[in-house]
Amino acid sequence: MAPFDLASSLNAFSYALVFSVLGIGFGAVLEMAGFGDSRKLAAQFYFRDMTVLKVMFTAIVVACVLVYLASAFELLDFSRIWVNPTYLASGIVGGLIMGVGFIVGGFCPGTSLVAAATLKIDGLFFVLGAFFGVYLFGESVARFEPFFLSTYLGRFTLPDWLGLPAGVVVLLLALVALGMFWGAEIAEAYFGEKRPWSHIRLIPYKPRKLFAALVLLIGCVALIAKGQPTPEQRWRQIAASADKLLRNRSIFVHPAEVVELKSDTALAIRIFDLRDERDFNLFHIGDSERVSGSEIADPAFIKRLLDFPDNAISFLVSNGEQRALGAWKTLKAQGVINLYIIEGGINRWLELYPLPQCVASKRDTRNKSAADERIGYRFNLAVGSRAGAAYPELEIGKWPDPCLSSDRQTRAETGESAVQEKTKTKYHYIKKVVLQRKRAVKGGCG
Amino acid sequence: MEKRPPRPYLNPYSAGVLLGIVLFLSFYITGGGLGASAAISRVQTAILDWIASGHVDRVAYFAELAGGDKNPLMHYSVYMLAGTFLGGLLSGLVNRRLRFELRKGPRISSGARLVFALLGGAVMGYGARLARGCTSGQALSGGAVLAVGSFAFMAAVFGSAYLLAWFVRRLWNE
Repeated sequence: MAPFDLASSLNAFSYALVFSVLGIGFGAVLEMAGFGDSRKLAAQFYFRDMTVLKVMFTAIVVACVLVYLASAFELLDFSRIWVNPTYLASGIVGGLIMGVGFIVGGFCPGTSLVAAATLKIDGLFFVLGAFFGVYLFGESVARFEPFFLSTYLGRFTLPDWLGLPAGVVVLLLALVALGMFWGAEIAEAYFGEKRPWSHIRLIPYKPRKLFAALVLLIGCVALIAKGQPTPEQRWRQIAASADKLLRNRSIFVHPAEVVELKSDTALAIRIFDLRDERDFNLFHIGDSERVSGSEIADPAFIKRLLDFPDNAISFLVSNGEQRALGAWKTLKAQGVINLYIIEGGINRWLELYPLPQCVASKRDTRNKSAADERIGYRFNLAVGSRAGAAYPELEIGKWPDPCLSSDRQTRAETGESAVQEKTKTKYHYIKKVVLQRKRAVKGGCG
Repeated sequence: MEKRPPRPYLNPYSAGVLLGIVLFLSFYITGGGLGASAAISRVQTAILDWIASGHVDRVAYFAELAGGDKNPLMHYSVYMLAGTFLGGLLSGLVNRRLRFELRKGPRISSGARLVFALLGGAVMGYGARLARGCTSGQALSGGAVLAVGSFAFMAAVFGSAYLLAWFVRRLWNE
């Protein structure tokens, strides 16, 4: 399903060709619309010629309807579409600065290229200026990096913000655009053609335009009626490829690999524990976070995972594997990447990295399977993550010894040294974690 | 031979529909939208790397694109930039608009127009990097996938240009 992972499926030449052809289409349309002429662009800001607004908003609405329709009919996976991350403050200040450049210089970067390509000298000078501007930015950004990175809202769309279905938002956008076009026509007649008010027809009357508007609105209504794919539908889309991952167990990661990755400072390891609070308090892996079953499907939680940086790897863990697997499917259907399950769950973890005998002893687990979601240990103490077994990557011995504080046993009897020995053991495992780049393409101006 | 006049521009709504289709195809095929400013930054960094390679390695922002052996030009945005230029050139040829000329308001001298174009370009280039995208990459592409930041950005660009337009009317008006 689209979009396609071009970088891995095409050779370097075809890859360059695809983007060049898209660029040719882009440049040709800009030129045909008249965007090579700075006077035409600047006239926008005196209400004489509203071409910029008309072209831009028609393009936005048309592309928007097509993208969401393709997503609704499951031809396009929207979760893999690059949505410009929102950095509100720098976006607004950058926009204000660009407005100045637009009215003073008469172009924006894309249109200046087209002007330069058609040998407009002012376009060439603008491009030269733009080169200098981006150079200055590169030189100076280090001085205000906190501002540049501030007010980060991640992948944040209008439907997320308004809490409305995507189809409704697209319809509203289309209505706003049509309203602006109507205003633009009147503005052009008044400011551009200098017609008196009495000679301007305020009611749209051209049948072709009315027909086009109708087609657009029908598209929006179809979007609302069809709706965007639900998580279940999305799961069905990826079920085949996901089943393969499950069958060859390539998403089940050996605890020792998790331990090794946790000590890799170049990675951001997140561990999500799906067990109930009681089991979590008895023992959990160091730095893990408890997530309840309902939270997994919460859009806010999913968004958090989708916004993780490129070097983040997330692990799911439960007592066995069953519950983690359910959560994995939910999150995978929402497009979360770099997501794995800890093999054998906490029960296997404690086998490899045991707790002292005085804390927990193994239950009789002859009938135990990975499907069993009960904790396979009987606990005398709740240690949380205050135990060596929670942090096998660290030096043992920095934790208060729970067995010494209870007078019943001496250290020798607790088998503490044996626990220490075992925790230090280097286990052999097959590496399964492969860091996947977030998206192959970051959109035009990433 | 007398030069034939250029063909008229496309109807803005038709051009918009075409642009929308190109933009959709870009999303559909590549997963990303259209853009120009990122590539301008890459070409600039490549030039800087050629002149002062050591300096590129010392400034984090440039080093990310061209530090060490990295080639800033081997990037999809640069291919797209080359395509955009070529597309403009082709359309200019076909529509007989390919000629050396200067477009300016009637009350301003050619020299002043060029100075303002250079200045405006520099301001625009700076702002486009700060906003993480230009009118195409941020407003057009982000707007089509309903990114909140892109709409805030659009309001800022148009708001600022409209506010300033009256003060610089000598540049463009009769």
